[in-house]
Amino acid sequence: MSSIETVASIPLPLRGRGKTASAAPCSGGPALQRITPVSSAGHGIPRWARRLSGPLLLVAAWHLASITGVLPGEVLAGPSTVLSSAAKLIATGELQEAMLVSLRRALTGLAIGGSIGITLAIVAGLFRLGEDLVDAPMQMMRTVPNVALIPLLIIWFGIGEAPKIALIALGTAFPLYLNVYAGIRNVDSTLVEAGRTLGLSRAAMIRHVVLPGALPSALVGLRYSLGIAWLALVFGEQINATAGIGYLMANAREFFQTDVIVVCLVVYAFLGLAVDFTVRTLERIFLAWRPAFSGA
Amino acid sequence: MVALTVEAPAAYVAAGQRIDIEKVSHQFELEGEPLPVLDEVGFSVEPGSFVALLGPSGCGKSTLLRLLAGLDHPTEGALKVDGTVVGDPDPSRILVFQDPTLFPWRTVWDNVALGLEAQGILKSSRHRVDKAIELVGLGGFDKAYPHQLSGGMAQRVALARALVNEPRLLLLDEPLGKLDSLTRLTMQTELVKLWQEAGLTAVLVTHDVEEALFLTQRVLIFGPRPARIVADITVDLPYPRHRGDPRLAELRREALGHLGLAATW
Ligand SMILES: Nc1ncnc2c1ncn2[C@@H]1O[C@H](COP(=O)(O)OP(=O)(O)OP(=O)(O)O)[C@@H](O)[C@H]1O
Ligand SMILES: [Mg+2]
Repeated sequence: MSSIETVASIPLPLRGRGKTASAAPCSGGPALQRITPVSSAGHGIPRWARRLSGPLLLVAAWHLASITGVLPGEVLAGPSTVLSSAAKLIATGELQEAMLVSLRRALTGLAIGGSIGITLAIVAGLFRLGEDLVDAPMQMMRTVPNVALIPLLIIWFGIGEAPKIALIALGTAFPLYLNVYAGIRNVDSTLVEAGRTLGLSRAAMIRHVVLPGALPSALVGLRYSLGIAWLALVFGEQINATAGIGYLMANAREFFQTDVIVVCLVVYAFLGLAVDFTVRTLERIFLAWRPAFSGA
Repeated sequence: MVALTVEAPAAYVAAGQRIDIEKVSHQFELEGEPLPVLDEVGFSVEPGSFVALLGPSGCGKSTLLRLLAGLDHPTEGALKVDGTVVGDPDPSRILVFQDPTLFPWRTVWDNVALGLEAQGILKSSRHRVDKAIELVGLGGFDKAYPHQLSGGMAQRVALARALVNEPRLLLLDEPLGKLDSLTRLTMQTELVKLWQEAGLTAVLVTHDVEEALFLTQRVLIFGPRPARIVADITVDLPYPRHRGDPRLAELRREALGHLGLAATW
């Protein structure tokens, strides 16, 4: 199908598209061909299935490498081993508990960091004074890689739950701050003037014009934040974790259990996917008004 | 002076506002240099009349409308509406921008409703929204988002969004500037109808001499920046007008003369 579309954009040769091409009048000039809009070209296979086939192929290749011995178990366990140890971990309830602990960590950090980031962005975005007080320090601090703060966080918060959550909160606050702030500042000034001519009060302007205008940017920020929350979670869980996926992984490392490590990686990946899916859904709901490009 | 055959709908019976512009000068700052835009502009507009502002590009027509809307304040002089100096923007006098500037996250209906929503009277006046949408011929597009509309439709939504507030002064900044010539002709006729039905004062900024003469009762011509009024032409023709009217051709020659284009016609 996709090869036909490519051909359709080349006007001259017929290249086996005889039907459409010969139906078009082609006296003299280049043959006219019907160009099917990409979005209306039915692919037969549903979109989710197409999206799934890439990862499935990857897993198949991995499996093949394992059973043929190209990939020894000590280096990386094969998918079947990984599956059986996953089943074991699930049966004992270890995995679910670890996931819950990790997820709670990530979400707590995100909630704290996100509220701080968004609040600061609104203060800096809406008020001159807020901008002067908040923006410069935020721009300065964002250049510090937050993983570099781990030693400081350990000194401040010890090695319990607090430094892990603080690390995630720090990591998520900045992308949200930057994007919400930029979103507010980039709200189309003509829309603000349109609002003024309609007699909107300052509060109504913020509610009906500024915040909706900043929303697309805010969701971009959320997406970055979630990505960083995950990264920060992985780093944070290296700090003497006593529960969570990181703990499971550290344990497995001690005993060279590559299968358990892979299970943990997969869980990280799936949690990441789930979060990405959540953001996509939010975008679909809140940005339904946008003429977004949905891809070919 | 207008022979009205169209009956005013009950929703739009507010009378037009009177405008008095007294020696208004305005200047902007451009790269540190003062840029005079309006130079002692002064004129009055009778309540309920339809006036066009015509002048070379960049002379300050939009600036004058913005001052009337209350979006900016003049460097010198005073603009009065119904005898009161113009303060902050107010929904009783609404500026319709050259670009429709619709809120992209609101549907047609919600865009039109925003003014009433802001006044807290939407619940009791939803019918006014429906009526305004009907008036500009967009019934059935209530739930469309701005990106789903054509340029002309979007412009009509902007007009409905202004009209729903029952403005008594409608400031139109080249509202038809970006439309194709066919839609433009239709919209011109519709504008006259809307003005007649609503009984408001309307000020139209346009580049188009014919449009100004066809639509309005009086055409004020500005000279190049800094703008001052160089001519004040009364269009003494009853509505409905005919585009082929020889009197319009005569007036057009006169107007073009004031714009310094006489030689080409
Ligand atoms: N915010 C601003 N800052 C500086 N200069 C401005 C600003 N707004 C307008 N001007 C200047 O004022 C002059 C008049 O602008 P204005 O928009 O009123 O022109 P106009 O008569 O509406 O032109 P057009 O017919 O092309 O729309 C222009 O020279 C413009 O550069
Ligand atoms: Mg202008």
